Amino acid sequence: MSYAMDMQNYTTQSETATSEPKITARDVNVFYGASQALKSIQLDIGANEVTSLIGPSGCGKSTFLRCLNRMNDVIENCTVEGRISLDGVDLYNSGLDPVLLRARVGMVFQKPNPFPKSIFDNIAYGPRLHGTVSNKDELDERVEKSLRRAGLWEEVKDRLDKPGTGLSGGQQQRLCIARAIAINPEVILMDEPCSALDPIATAKIEELIDELRERFTIVIVTHSMQQAARVSQRTAFFHLGELVEVGETDRLFTSPQDDRTQGYITGRFG
Amino acid sequence: MPDTKDHIVSSFDKELRTIHEIIIRMGGMAENQLSDAVDALVQRDSAKAELVRKEDAKIDALEEELEAAVIQLIALRQPVANDLRAVIAAFKISSDLERIGDYAKNIAKRSIAINQMPPQKSVTSIMRMSRLVQEIVKDTLDAFSNSDKDRAIDVWHRDEEVDEMYTSLFRELLTYMMEDPRNIGACTHMLFIAKNIERMGDHATNIAETIYYLATGERLEGKRPKGDRTAFQILTPDDGEGEVEI
Repeated sequence: MSYAMDMQNYTTQSETATSEPKITARDVNVFYGASQALKSIQLDIGANEVTSLIGPSGCGKSTFLRCLNRMNDVIENCTVEGRISLDGVDLYNSGLDPVLLRARVGMVFQKPNPFPKSIFDNIAYGPRLHGTVSNKDELDERVEKSLRRAGLWEEVKDRLDKPGTGLSGGQQQRLCIARAIAINPEVILMDEPCSALDPIATAKIEELIDELRERFTIVIVTHSMQQAARVSQRTAFFHLGELVEVGETDRLFTSPQDDRTQGYITGRFG
Repeated sequence: MPDTKDHIVSSFDKELRTIHEIIIRMGGMAENQLSDAVDALVQRDSAKAELVRKEDAKIDALEEELEAAVIQLIALRQPVANDLRAVIAAFKISSDLERIGDYAKNIAKRSIAINQMPPQKSVTSIMRMSRLVQEIVKDTLDAFSNSDKDRAIDVWHRDEEVDEMYTSLFRELLTYMMEDPRNIGACTHMLFIAKNIERMGDHATNIAETIYYLATGERLEGKRPKGDRTAFQILTPDDGEGEVEI
């Protein structure tokens, strides 16, 4: 792509860049076989803030999220072009070990998916695997700290040996978040983390997201525009594989610049 | 409605349309109230003035209706972007229109009092000033129904004319009062009437600012046009007049 065209992209998506980017995506194209799922995406993910990705089903937001910790590697026929870097290091072309990358960029999925193990072991799994704790005391401390940060400690401290699958849906999701933060990642990706939860459990997760952003950079894919508005500082709107508009969340929800964004967030789409 | 593209949920459109229509109706009524109130003064028609007083309740009722519709829409639809701006704009504009209605009512009340006194020369100037404000209110409403930001800016600037007319009327009335103290009663009422009309112009300016926000999502920048200098004005009986800047 020529420099002039590149600059043009910058002006139409005026707030593509942030001052302190944790992750930088430039000219990202993703293909599933012959069909193109993402078209020349330019987007910065700011450090210690929550970026939400919104858009109708099939717009490419989850595809983009999965690019950020190379989850697309496991999908057959999926090719990723362009440059995505974490702290300036290219994720795809620098010989970076995807397993280590995923320790730095954790993920929480739509449906809570605790391991069929005890609550304790769910959290301890990552630190043990990565060898980031050296003895039992450190491990206990890590488990407690992670559960506390996830706002779950008080609810489960007396039954750490019980299976994680026995918790309620909202507790299971917070367990998964605790599991993700137990390995001290820098970025947490969340793919519709509340869509299977009731409003109270959703509110608890949203409160948690707000607390977590002090330490972590968070990217969240959500179908709930109210949720995007409530939890994120920046919002990116995807449509048909394109990044249509990105900007400060409050600005995007009061005065969107693109008609497609306005159409989507006000419910006029189609 | 400026945005012709419909929502997927059609009842949402219906509610937005209702809100829009209430504003148009309130605006039309406020405009009529002003014109009737000034007619009652010019024609010394106390029966008409009485009617204006009573009609004001209808504008108040519409404002309440609009408030309820806006609150319900916000609670049930959580509007964003241009929908949110439309709803907030309607809410603000309705209170400006309600105030314009109140001023018309006050003019009507004062004209009943003035009708008990000898005819006043200043009526002609009041009439001129009210005609200008009527035009401004009407243009503001047109700008609203088309979300026309250029027209809103135009209206916004014209308030200065109103202020200038008010300043000159203020001098005129002071002169009459100095000429003959028996004029003071009627002229004081006239002064309040002029002030009421001038305030209506200010509310129309507020509405213009709201329309600009509605249409663009941005605040109208720049210093508000100001031509009302009466706050600094001194006029003495020996005609040694001057202005004091504070």
